[in-house]
Amino acid sequence: VFLLAAWLQGYASPVPGEELAREARLVVGVVSSRRGEASPASCEPERVPMRLMADRLLAPVEVVVKRPIFGCRMCGQCVLHSTGLTCPMNCPKQLRNGPCGGVRGDGGCEVDPSMRCVWLKAYERAGRLPWRDELDELRPPIDQRLWRASSWWSRLTKRDAARPPGWQGD
Amino acid sequence: MPPARRAGRGTDLSRLERLLAAGKPVLTAELPSLDTTNRAAARRLVEPFLEAADAVNVGDNAAARAHVSALAGSALVLEAGGEPIIHLTCRDRNRLALEAELLGAALAGVENVLCLTGDDVTAGDEPQSKRVFDLDGPQLLSLAATLMKGTYLSGRPLDHPPRFFLGAAENPTAPPFDHRVDRARKKVRAGARFFQLQMVFELERLRAFLARALESGLAEEAHLLVTVCVVGGARGLRVVRDQIPGVHVPAELMRRIEGLPERDQPAACRQVALELAERALRMPGVHGVHVVSFQGPEPVVDVRRLMPS
Repeated sequence: VFLLAAWLQGYASPVPGEELAREARLVVGVVSSRRGEASPASCEPERVPMRLMADRLLAPVEVVVKRPIFGCRMCGQCVLHSTGLTCPMNCPKQLRNGPCGGVRGDGGCEVDPSMRCVWLKAYERAGRLPWRDELDELRPPIDQRLWRASSWWSRLTKRDAARPPGWQGD
Repeated sequence: MPPARRAGRGTDLSRLERLLAAGKPVLTAELPSLDTTNRAAARRLVEPFLEAADAVNVGDNAAARAHVSALAGSALVLEAGGEPIIHLTCRDRNRLALEAELLGAALAGVENVLCLTGDDVTAGDEPQSKRVFDLDGPQLLSLAATLMKGTYLSGRPLDHPPRFFLGAAENPTAPPFDHRVDRARKKVRAGARFFQLQMVFELERLRAFLARALESGLAEEAHLLVTVCVVGGARGLRVVRDQIPGVHVPAELMRRIEGLPERDQPAACRQVALELAERALRMPGVHGVHVVSFQGPEPVVDVRRLMPS
């Protein structure tokens, strides 16, 4: 699975072992960590008391399936459907509403020039999907507590549909 | 030129908004970043820009380098009788801090806010910093619109909601070229009423962006300001090209400036910017010019002379 992941992600690291170790750490992290812990963007203690076994069981399965295919970061509130099956959390700025103004002329990422802007991929792929218009929806700020939780469980329980009460949206 | 849509605002518009609504081309200028705590020195630096421009942009840790805060800079501009456009980026603050900064700006009397995603920390001189990006640019606009409606993001009510004239940036010279207008329109839906476009050094891509903006209705939904940059010479041009993310400097221009003797380069750069501004102002859909000058306030005065009074 990890080799497949590396291949699908187009990693061409001079030390492939490093990439694989990173993948492994992410999976191991999801399997062993509690939701909201040690996330890339947040170190907040978990404030939601709900710790469901289903979430715990689903998250490891989800990361093993979605990481190789989509480079899933386990934000716990998946928007792959509306972003052309491209995970926007791979953007170093984790932008969920389109590319920043720093995209390089060759399509490289502002932060990591060796990486193609994830939003360029998103636009290309979404263009081929019947529900292309979803890409232009204004997506709300993420719930930082859901890092490493299962987005499948989020969808089932609709916890990913919760908006900050004052959020205006479009 | 049709007046831009205003979201439920009364008559007390900001000066910038009034000028734009009147359909006159507007001149804004980027203030140099402040790296001093000497009040008198800061005022001396700022004042010439206030005289030349209709409004001045006060950067928020511009280019991901720390400077005097945008709020303090804006307060200084207000005190000197100028009209600030405060920058607010998502790079350095989470949503709580952004809400606090917006309300603080309103309390200080700042009416124009430019909501930006922000350059990444790695573009600056402290790349070891933690990047925040709790929100992105469009979400920040929506957050400001939320405050204007009288609540925090949590829904908690707010006494005397702020009135902002919200702006955003868009880059006509960065990929995906075909989707930059779509993204700008998303920002309009989130609350943006004016755009200060990323600096241009040639007009071809800008022209394509504007054509699409006119066709899609963006040019009527929001005011578009074209940015020209006045660098000091070939070295400055290289810095802009290599260090400001998303800026496109044509190789031909680079060669032309490099080919000049060093003492002639500043004047040539000013001339290039002036010509770009003049041509941009004649383009349909353009409501004004924004000047980023690395040669002090004089180029802003030059552009002012171009504009119909």
